[in-house]
Amino acid sequence: MNVLKQTAAVTLMNLKSVPLRLGASLVIVIGIAGVVGVLVSILAMVGGLSRMMTSTERADRAIVVSAGASFETLSNIPREAAQTIVQAPGIKRRSDGKPLASAEALAVVRLPLKRGGSGNVSLRGVGDAAALVRPELQLVEGREFGPSVRELIVGRSLQRQFRDLDVGGHVLLRGAEWSVVGVFESHGDPHEAEMITGVETLQSAFGRNTFQSVTVLLDSADSFALFRGSLVGNPALAVDAMHEADYYRLQSQGFSRLLSIVAYLIGGIMAIGAIFGALNAMYSAISTRTVEIATLRVLGFSAVSVVVSIFAEALLLALLGGAVGGSAAWMMFNGHAISTNAGGLTQLSVSLAVDWNLIGLGVLWACLIGMVGAAFPAVRASRAPLAAALRGT
Amino acid sequence: MKFFPLLWTGLWRKKARTVFTLLSIVIAFLLFGLLQGVNAWLNSFGTGSNANRVYTVSRISEVQPLPDAYLHQIEAVPGIHRATYIAGITGYYQEQKNALVAFATDVKTFFDLYPEWQIAPEQLDAMGRVRTGAIVAAPLMRAFGWKIGDRLPLRTSVMKRDGSADWDFEIVGTYDVPTNPTEANRIIVNYGYFDEARLLDRGTAWAFVASVKDLNRSAQVCAAVDALFVNSAYETVTQDEKAYVQGQLRSLGDVSLMANAIVAAVLFTLLFLTGNTMMQSVRERTPELAILKTVGFSDGAVTALVLIESTMLCVLAAALGLAAAAAVFPVTAALGIGGSTLPLRVVAFGLAMAVILALASGAPPAWRARRLVIVDALAGR
Repeated sequence: MNVLKQTAAVTLMNLKSVPLRLGASLVIVIGIAGVVGVLVSILAMVGGLSRMMTSTERADRAIVVSAGASFETLSNIPREAAQTIVQAPGIKRRSDGKPLASAEALAVVRLPLKRGGSGNVSLRGVGDAAALVRPELQLVEGREFGPSVRELIVGRSLQRQFRDLDVGGHVLLRGAEWSVVGVFESHGDPHEAEMITGVETLQSAFGRNTFQSVTVLLDSADSFALFRGSLVGNPALAVDAMHEADYYRLQSQGFSRLLSIVAYLIGGIMAIGAIFGALNAMYSAISTRTVEIATLRVLGFSAVSVVVSIFAEALLLALLGGAVGGSAAWMMFNGHAISTNAGGLTQLSVSLAVDWNLIGLGVLWACLIGMVGAAFPAVRASRAPLAAALRGT
Repeated sequence: MKFFPLLWTGLWRKKARTVFTLLSIVIAFLLFGLLQGVNAWLNSFGTGSNANRVYTVSRISEVQPLPDAYLHQIEAVPGIHRATYIAGITGYYQEQKNALVAFATDVKTFFDLYPEWQIAPEQLDAMGRVRTGAIVAAPLMRAFGWKIGDRLPLRTSVMKRDGSADWDFEIVGTYDVPTNPTEANRIIVNYGYFDEARLLDRGTAWAFVASVKDLNRSAQVCAAVDALFVNSAYETVTQDEKAYVQGQLRSLGDVSLMANAIVAAVLFTLLFLTGNTMMQSVRERTPELAILKTVGFSDGAVTALVLIESTMLCVLAAALGLAAAAAVFPVTAALGIGGSTLPLRVVAFGLAMAVILALASGAPPAWRARRLVIVDALAGR
């Protein structure tokens, strides 16, 4: 009890003297805020990417691409194979018996970006059942594209990045003019960065007779094994089926891993720098109070209470720094969209996501930096020979 | 120079503080070196490589197939020295995570166009004899434990005429790219065999690579190539190697913007830290500075002493930090986002930043030292 009381008293005294050492204390706060801000900002990009990839994933939806293709754009499925795939067992059927499957063709085209330059965009040709296969895709402006005319609808996030994609606008693709007739949203998933038209329209305009992928809705998530088994086991097909979630994870994992490495590498190096800053600040904090601390010890305050009080001070400053860094990252970057191809082929607009987990991680780092920064000065303060310390030497 | 001992002693007045300040500046410049190094690497991309190579791809997208008959038309353009086509095959070896890319091309011309890709002449000749042959990058050979003469089964996205997408090649040679080891990650196979055996997109290629005779006329030659195919069903874009590679990198997004933002945050934090250290140090030395003034140091001399002291601290630390950055810079190459040596320009820029940092953080304490009134300072007021 006595120790607790002593500790509380010394800690309070320490904290009251912080304003007198404002410069040194701010070094801790700003140093740690920098580390946490940078760490959280970069990881927010990783989080934003994975949120984007998983925002509309469903366990009962699967995608079929040709064997060995990790991107739809590198996949090729002949017409006969696509016909076999949509009749595979496990696919959910409409009341009239038609399978809920959309055989799709994809063309990558170049369009002018709003910020200048140009970027790659996917034009997706979808089948009749597409609206039932992807119910989350909602038209929010204009109307659907018509059959066999060069009309397309554009995703909201695509529209934000590229020029001239308003309803009523025209885009020039392969020498032919296409009309933008509608805008759709789908919870910010990668499809929202695409343009969509009918698959036959696309195939005739781009001289294709193959498909790139088939997306299907299954009876239930459990039907996947049956569905995949029937395709992989068919020697006439050279295709592979994946859960939609696995497919998207495959797309983004390389880039996410690289970003995470960069975040922890830079954050780690900065943290070491901040530890030196904190050590400096805490050493100067105790050196200006050498006499004061020695006096307390002579009066009977235990070494433990002195050590704990120094830790408490550093920890509080570190928490403050963590909070400042985390909220700065949140204010500056949460929801902020950056344009990247994320290691793939087409330009995505990734919204940075700063969530509580990230802030928590940042604060944890802040506390660790604060603790390490306080440890050596605290030990030194408690071990200083009293007689010399009282003389102030 | 005679003041050096005085400055040096002043710097180490409080050893612990100076060491910690020094170390945090070292760390900051380590980071500065790494980030600016990556930045410089991104901006200089392609400059190290052969500038007389030009690439022709579809205007629609980089992997949209183009008719291989374009080759003869490209070769006939005045100013073009040699040219060949490249068709890409993506696939994997055994497991999906072992993703590989093979280039089907006219192998002989290809290695003529890329003289820095080194291969033994007899292995190149073997490619002419073995239609299903493959030349594999040396790092891949090591990674998968392949030897010359091994079979190389690839599961790909390209279907063969027999309906299967499993391709079987025979390894007849290996190449290395000593000037840029990260580039050595491809498998090279015979276009003739590949095109004959595939089911779809026969007679097409992803890209054409050509060398120009006169570097100064490269832009005109590129325009002449594109003019051939304008208004055709397959329009093209032709660019030199640097522009081509930078176009691909640019789509990674605002990488350099982010690197600059981080460097700015680090330097700001540092300015604060060093400024604080110098301020403390000058405050503690108020009586000493007063004595210096008493024995005849002018206001200007005292100001200079403080500024030079902070410059010594910052430049010494920056030099150490940049040296550390140069030592660990090859790590970024391993991550695939940096080169193998830290550019000298970055080091020079870093040292200049250190001087600016020193002057900015030394200014307030130097001003304080200058304004010191001897009588007040000696009296401890």
